[in-house]
This record gives sequence, structure tokens and C-alpha cells, in this order.
Amino acid sequence: MDNARAQIKRKIGVRLWLSGGWLTFLVLAAIFAPLISPQDPLAQDLFTSRLPPFWVDGAEPGYPLGSDSLGRDVLSRIVFGTRIALSVAFIAGTITCLLGATLGLIAGYFRGWPDMLISRLVDIWMAFPPVLFAILLIAVMGTGLTSIIIAIVVIDWTRFARVIRAEAIGQSAMDYVASAQVAGRTRFSTMFREILPNVLPTIAVLLTLEMGIAVIVESILSFVNLSISTDQPTWGGMISEGRVSVHQAWWVLIFPLLTLFLTVLSFSQLGEGLKDHFDPVLK
Amino acid sequence: MTRIKRILLRLLTMSITLFGVAVIVFFVIRVVPGNPISMMLPPGAQEEDIARLQALYGFDRSIPEQFFIWLSGVMQGDLGTSITTHQPVLGLVLSRLPATLELSVVALFLAVFIGGFLALASTRMRGTRVEGMIDVANGMALSIPDFLWGLVLVLLFGVLWPVFHISGRISPTLDFQFQTKFYLFESVMRLRFDIWLDLVSHMFLPALALAIPLAAIIAQLLKQSLKETMHLDYVTLSRTKGYGENHVIIQEALPNAILPTLTLVGVQFTFLIGGTVIIERLFSYEGLGNMAIDAVINRDLPLIQGIVILFALIFTIVNLAVDLTYAALNPKLRHG
Repeated sequence: MDNARAQIKRKIGVRLWLSGGWLTFLVLAAIFAPLISPQDPLAQDLFTSRLPPFWVDGAEPGYPLGSDSLGRDVLSRIVFGTRIALSVAFIAGTITCLLGATLGLIAGYFRGWPDMLISRLVDIWMAFPPVLFAILLIAVMGTGLTSIIIAIVVIDWTRFARVIRAEAIGQSAMDYVASAQVAGRTRFSTMFREILPNVLPTIAVLLTLEMGIAVIVESILSFVNLSISTDQPTWGGMISEGRVSVHQAWWVLIFPLLTLFLTVLSFSQLGEGLKDHFDPVLK
Repeated sequence: MTRIKRILLRLLTMSITLFGVAVIVFFVIRVVPGNPISMMLPPGAQEEDIARLQALYGFDRSIPEQFFIWLSGVMQGDLGTSITTHQPVLGLVLSRLPATLELSVVALFLAVFIGGFLALASTRMRGTRVEGMIDVANGMALSIPDFLWGLVLVLLFGVLWPVFHISGRISPTLDFQFQTKFYLFESVMRLRFDIWLDLVSHMFLPALALAIPLAAIIAQLLKQSLKETMHLDYVTLSRTKGYGENHVIIQEALPNAILPTLTLVGVQFTFLIGGTVIIERLFSYEGLGNMAIDAVINRDLPLIQGIVILFALIFTIVNLAVDLTYAALNPKLRHG
């Protein structure tokens, strides 16, 4: 049994290191984007259009992953796209988490009419197709980073609210909550000082998963040309261009797709790894 | 609580939810800065033309007033008139609905088939390398959403090994008069398997993209339930009776393990339908979701409202159906 547990722990360790490593690499790429990009990500040059990646005949030095139909360097655009993807992941993820977890805590701990109201809202939200809702919000608010962040917060807060509500209900039934109240803590103080610390591991896991989802939503929005202004490179925007010219220049699609794929996988593996890490049975 | 009472209660919460959706979508899109009418007219249009069009679409009234006019129309099955095509919204959405329904149902079947097969296979081969491989594949499929799977499939089967179509619903060169909009169903009914094959080769990749995450969820949960059931005494008994392992898993364990998975499939089916919006866009599939994105880009307010309400209606109906099926299948609730 101990052996099996050690094996599981080692597996979790590898997963955490790999996904954490990739995400750290991305953060560094975002910070040092101007230093590591071989080209200006916006520079168009029709003489260098649709260059293949370095291992294919006809490649040009300076365009290691090839260029798109306007002659812009694929690698540089991916590197600069990292900035937007990560900003959206961290900012939108955190705000969504704060809003959703607070509402979930209130609903689960206070019950009564706040719970009724919040649960009803969650039900209504669940009846919206999320992608359509996000696109609709962007169309209303206009494109731009702020709109994207607001759209993600608005469509995804229910994810936190539902889970944290259920957790808070479970925690409220425990003896330590009753004794805190007997000891004279106010309701709000009990909620923040007693229940919140006990649901924090769940919140951390959800937050990590949410960051991956935020990256996806941003790329879906830029895929339908509703993200940031079109002259700023985004992974979704590159994928959208790559999808159109997939038969002529597959590399314009495959590299941003691979980056997005690894990033989403890393966030979710990090979340799963954290979940196992906090799991008392495996400790 | 009797069953009828439960159904009535569900219908009541359903209508509250739908009303909430209607309120939110109506007010959200009226925060739109800029007049939707101005986009329909050429620059330099006369003031009175603008006023006439505004009156025609009801944009000259107050927002609550517009809402109740629209709502009473919806109750009578009138969803208004599309701004871009000048056709009734109801007709437009109904003409696209069959395509989306066919895609969703095919994707659901694929997911159940793949997920069920993986769960059974890894139960049959538990403790071997195959189980480990299925677990890893499952973990990947769970973490990656349908949109990314769609793109991966475009690359794999549209470009690297082009065996399937990656855009459209049917080849435009096919000369075939459909009587209904349920192309897939109709082609089978009329025994035109050449047409059916063309439809399937268009539909397969988008359906698979939608199915992969759900298949992984099904495989994971069903495998877990099977694992618990396989330890029960009656399963051991049937094994000592001399039945083979396949018989034990499929005939004895599966019927008892399947209920939690069925409920989950129902709930997840609504997520799958929600996923059609972007997947249809990705594969240029002429369904409701693709129409919705066009409507948003063109700011066709009545059409957007109609599509969102229709989606919400489908979601709530699916949820209701799941609840009722669950109540009918679960012996604990049957006599409740």
C-alpha cells in the first residue's frame, strides 16, 4: 500500500513539475518577449510570405517557425500572444474566483434567501450557452482586454459559486463552526475566519482550472475576431488565420495550436495535481 | 411528493429560468451603444426613414415596454423579424435547428459509444498496461475542450490525412431535393446511402470534437462505478457459477453500475449542445450556432434573442427529461 502511495505521489510530482515548468517558461517568454522574438510580430513583408518552418525546404533563417500569408513571423507572434493569454488567465481567473467564491460562500453559509437568490441566478446562467453569451457580451461592450475579462467573469462565476456553495454547506455542518459561534464570533467572522480557510484548497484548484478556461475563452473570442484589436497578435487570432489557409500553410495553424494545447493542458494538470496534493487520503 | 406534483414544480422552475434568460438577454443587448437601425440604412438616410424603421422594429418605445411587447409575441410563437434578412426569426431558427440537433445527437451517440467502450475495455483489462494507457488518454481528453479537439481534428483528418470534409454540411455538388431539414434522418429513410455517406463525412469531425470530452467523462465515471460493482457479492457469485469475464462485466455488473453515468450524461449533454456554437463555426457547419455568431456580428438583435431563447429552451427541456428519466429508472424514487 505504501509503495502504491509513493508511486502515485511520484506521478503527481512529475505532472506538477512538467506543467509548472511550461507555465514558468511562458511567463518568462511574456516578460522578455521583445528580447527573444526574432522579428517584429507586426512587420508585414510580402516577400517573406508563407515561409515554411526551419526544417522544411525553402525556409529562411530568422523565421524559425515560418511566416503567415502577410509575411509575419509565426514565432514572434506566438511569443507576443503569450502576453495577452497570460494577462487574461491571471486577471480574469482571479476576479472570477473572488466573485464566484464569495457568492458561493454566502449562499452556502447563510442559506435562506441569499441562497435562494444566488442558486436561482446560477440556474438561469446554466441555461445560457456560455460561448454564445461571451460573444454577445463582447459585441455589446466592444472589443478590448477589459471587455474580455468582464465577459469571462460574467459567464464563469457560477463555476466557483456552485462548488464553493456545496463545500460551505458541508463545512457549516461541522462542529468547529458551531463552537466558533458559541465562542462569540459573528456570522461574517465565522465565514471568513473559519469556513474560508477550509475551502481554500478547493478554491486554489478551481482557480488554476479557471485560468486554463480563461485562455480558451480568449482564444475562442479572437477566433471569431472579437478579442483585442486585430493588429495585436493573439493565439486565437493566429489560429483563425491558420484555419483559413490550412491547406496552403499548415504551420500557421499548428504552432499556435500546439502552444495553446500545452498551456491549457498545463493549467488543468496543475489543478489536478493540486487537488491530489491537498487530498488528505494521499497525504 | 407525487410524481405529478414533482413535474409541475419542475415546470414552474423551468419557466422562471426561461423568464430570467429572456430578461437578461433582452436588457444586455439593449445596452448596445449606437442604434441598431443606423447600421441598416445607407449613410445620409433621412430622419423620417430612421424614425419609420425604428417604429417598425419597436425601437422607439421604452425598454420595459419593448420587453413586454416582445415577450407577449414570444408567448404566441412570434419571435419578431430579423433585421438583416427581413424574415421572421421563428422561421429562420427553425430552419437551422435540425442541423444542430442532428449534430448534437450524433455527437452524443459517439460519446456514449466511445466512453462506454473505454470503460468496459479498461475494466476487462484492469491491472494491465492497457488500463494505464486508457487512463492517460482519458486525462488528456478531459483537460482539453471541444474547440481545441476540433482544431486538432482539422489538422489530422483535413490536412495530414484528408479523409473527411472539414467544412459545410453537405457537398454543394450533390443534386438532391430534401423534403425536411433533417438531412441525415431523411437520407436514411429514403434509402439514399450515397447522400448519407456524404453527410456523415461532413458531420463526423465536428461530432467527434464535441464527443471527445464527454466520452472521457463517461469513461471515467462508468469505470469507477464498474469498479465498485465488481467487488459486490453477487458479481463474485456469478463468477463462481462459471460465467466468463465478459458475461460478468456486461450482463451482471453493467446494469447496476450504469445509473450514475446516465444522469451525468444528461447534464453533460447540455454542455455539448452549448459547444456546438463554436464547433459549427470552426467547421462552417450550417447550424444554429453558426447563425448565432453571424447574428451577433451583424447586431441582429431580434435574431440573437430568438436563438438564445431557443438554446435556453433546449437546455431546460433536456434537464427536465433527465430528471424524469432518472426518477423512472431509479427504484428508490419510483414509488416515492
